[in-house]
Amino acid sequence: MRISTFFYTIKQGIINIFRNKWFSLASIATIGACLFLFGLFYAILTNFQHIVKTAEGGVAVTVFFDEGISQERIEEIGVLIDRRTEVSGKTFISADEAWESFKEEYLGEYADGFLENPLANSANFQIYMNDVSMQPALVTYLEGLEGIREVYRSEITASALTGMNALVAYVSVGIIAILFAVSIFLISNTVTIGISVRKEEITIMKYIGATDFFVRSPFVIEGMMIGVIGSLFPMVIIYVLYNQVIEYIMQRFTMLSSLLAFLPVESIFSTLLPVSIAMGVGIGFLGSITTVRKHLKV
Amino acid sequence: MTKGDVKSRRRKRQASGSDEIITLTNVSKAYATGAPALNGVDLHINKGEFVFIVGDSGSGKSTMIKLLLRELVPTSGDIQVMGYDLVRIRHRKIPKFRRNLGIVFQDFRLLKDRNVYENVAFAQRIVQVSNKEIKRNVPSILATVGLAGKYKAKPRQLSGGEQQRVAIARALVNRPAILLADEPTGNLDPKNSWEIMKLLEQINENGTTVLVVTHNREIVNAMQKRVVTMKKGVIVSDEEKGGYIDED
Repeated sequence: MRISTFFYTIKQGIINIFRNKWFSLASIATIGACLFLFGLFYAILTNFQHIVKTAEGGVAVTVFFDEGISQERIEEIGVLIDRRTEVSGKTFISADEAWESFKEEYLGEYADGFLENPLANSANFQIYMNDVSMQPALVTYLEGLEGIREVYRSEITASALTGMNALVAYVSVGIIAILFAVSIFLISNTVTIGISVRKEEITIMKYIGATDFFVRSPFVIEGMMIGVIGSLFPMVIIYVLYNQVIEYIMQRFTMLSSLLAFLPVESIFSTLLPVSIAMGVGIGFLGSITTVRKHLKV
Repeated sequence: MTKGDVKSRRRKRQASGSDEIITLTNVSKAYATGAPALNGVDLHINKGEFVFIVGDSGSGKSTMIKLLLRELVPTSGDIQVMGYDLVRIRHRKIPKFRRNLGIVFQDFRLLKDRNVYENVAFAQRIVQVSNKEIKRNVPSILATVGLAGKYKAKPRQLSGGEQQRVAIARALVNRPAILLADEPTGNLDPKNSWEIMKLLEQINENGTTVLVVTHNREIVNAMQKRVVTMKKGVIVSDEEKGGYIDED
């Protein structure tokens, strides 16, 4: 391809956007609406996953040791726990720390009646996990270790979080897939209307001896540019709205503020922005290339 | 002219062979519904000829033009145009083949949102001519068709005759070997029709083979060119300096 032809094709693609400004606006609005909904669901999904993940991080498996276990063996068990991939961290709670915490939480001034630590055998490791669904495997492993008396776990919390996480993921992926299909359908329809106006132009081009590539290129460039513009609009709106919505939720539901750990907007956009632009370009590309193809049979 | 005359003419043309630019051999075209549009047509056109193809609606003229443009493929028979076998040609070779043809339509088919210069330059851009050459070629061809002063005008600002001149300029700017004109005077008044036909004759005198599909009896009879008459999908007459044959 000549350089002049390359620039001519790009120029025609840009000119086409303005030449058919109502069609372009309709396409931009369609892509924009779909990607706005996509962005919305993506933000909700990632935040929900983040909240669940944070909640999961708080779910600990507690390991109590055999009576009279040596400090050396406790350290060995600590090393073995650290080697497990599902473990994100652990905290050692000595018997004294366990008693202090219990006193503070439940006994208050009544604790003065105890002369000795009644939780002398309560030294433990609190183990935090990367993935709560791996809890059963970790518990089985820990129960098999020498020197461990008991393993406490929160089965209900773990399975509930795992189930909820999976449910949210499935629902979101389903909704995003439906949105994607709907947007392709809408774009294809909008492009069909736009191209039917220019069917004459395509026919003339083909009669004169234009290759399919030459005919298709300006339409594809036009579609991709519409896709980029259509993806940027909703991103700007979501960017502006995101912090305001979070601020509103935190103010309105102060009781839940300790549970709700929202992601910063930058964290959401580091993925959402490139994915949305790529989707916009992809939708524009697919919508235009499939529709032009139907008109190339001249 | 009898069928025997057509056959003897065909033999004569086949004998001269090497100058043939368009050859249709026993070409038939049937659409999914209805009678065949073309039925066993043989036609031989030499380089540099000016040929009228006449006939009533449904006689197969438009189908023949579409076959020559390789917009349609015949149901049977062979078509050779400038050495291209239009039955077996690969899809990707069709654009290159079409660059040998110029096409002019009854309804001009100009791009209404572009001016005269851009309409003509459009044809050059499609075949990837450089900007420098476009700037040289377009004014020259516009001068040839008598529209040098109107290069900035949009099609709606031009008369029918002027619009057809632009269409001819667009068809000629890539220097095709063959010019196909499908009812080029169909939308024009007699004065403009004559001017367009004179222009086509001048183009033919410069070496381009010209095929004109028309209904215009006066022009066909006055110009004394080769006339191929079609009826119900067959060639019923092919005369060297022919005239328009009435239906009855």
